[in-house]
Amino acid sequence: MGFDQYHEPPDELPAPTRTFARLCASLTEEAEALGWYEQRLAVEPDPEAAAIMRDAQGEEFKHFSMDLEFLLRRTPRWREVARGILFREGDIVENGERAEAEAFEGATAGGDGPSRDGSLGIGSLR
Amino acid sequence: MNHLLRSHAPISDAGWKLLDGEARERLTPALAARRLVDFSGPHGWGYSATNLGRTGPLASMPCEGVSGLQRRVLPLVELRADFELSRDELRDADRGADDPDLSELDKAAHRVALAENIVVFHGWDGAITGIEEASPHEQLQLGEATDGYPRQVAGAVELLLSSGIEGPYGLALGREPYRLVIETAEHGGFPLLDHLRKILEGPIVWAPGVRGAVVLSLRGDDFIFESGQDISIGYGSHDGDVVRLYLEESFSFHVATPEAAVILRP
Repeated sequence: MGFDQYHEPPDELPAPTRTFARLCASLTEEAEALGWYEQRLAVEPDPEAAAIMRDAQGEEFKHFSMDLEFLLRRTPRWREVARGILFREGDIVENGERAEAEAFEGATAGGDGPSRDGSLGIGSLR
Repeated sequence: MNHLLRSHAPISDAGWKLLDGEARERLTPALAARRLVDFSGPHGWGYSATNLGRTGPLASMPCEGVSGLQRRVLPLVELRADFELSRDELRDADRGADDPDLSELDKAAHRVALAENIVVFHGWDGAITGIEEASPHEQLQLGEATDGYPRQVAGAVELLLSSGIEGPYGLALGREPYRLVIETAEHGGFPLLDHLRKILEGPIVWAPGVRGAVVLSLRGDDFIFESGQDISIGYGSHDGDVVRLYLEESFSFHVATPEAAVILRP
């Protein structure tokens, strides 16, 4: 049993970074499990066995989402990028480029508008 | 690129930043409704209707033994103001001119703000019920003499309290009443503006487009402005001389508590 989630000596890492790395490892494991269940379900002929796997995959959806939300809450810039990509209509790559530009460069190109939706971003004035 | 087609316009990135900044600067002081009512969204250009949680009857059923209702929603309206800008002026701005003629954009921005205020406070016939139409209270007379303003505003606040509507309260003042309020000092030199603020325990807002004044509760959940696409500049077309743009937004406005506002007629 090693500590594969650490790329640097663990005792040199601050506690928040170790927690971050653990959750990243957990996120990876959940994503792998999702892929494995997807493959098993694709080939499983027994409906009862398939139902169990489908239920188990549902658990992995939840675990993956909880891991991701934790990491996003602890990483504001990641959260900012994710906010421009997740649950949004439109071209995923375009959304990603725009979200990255906004998060890391502070603003989009003028032609894209000052806000992600192209609006002036006025909103509420209360 | 989204529906605004901004990337098709012959406008540099710096030009767009100039136009967006100018529009925001001109709009913000005049968007009175947004200082006084709840704002929800923006929910995007594809968002078309506000859920009212209500249903209506249907004339017939598809077969026997079933029943049905139709959901009622409040459709969003699209508000748009077109304008043209000289391409020479935009080129000069790119060269560093600090006084480009953006007056047509300024006028369009004012029209949008004016229209938004009118829709919220007085309604849009056939589309949106404004605060004035919704309020069940008897309208009070603001009058022309400012020395009567405190009494009328206090009367409106008392009406709201009598209806169980808590404060703080805000006051939307049309252009002329606002001018009168800020220029007036009462006996002893106490500014009328401060006196009214003490009565309301809330803001007094310059509200171009409002006829007279409106006193309304700011406790929340009484007046809901739902934004689809918030105010944006879009591209229409261009030729060698001008570029045709527009300011546009989509929104609905819904009065959840009609008793939470009192109208003061001019």
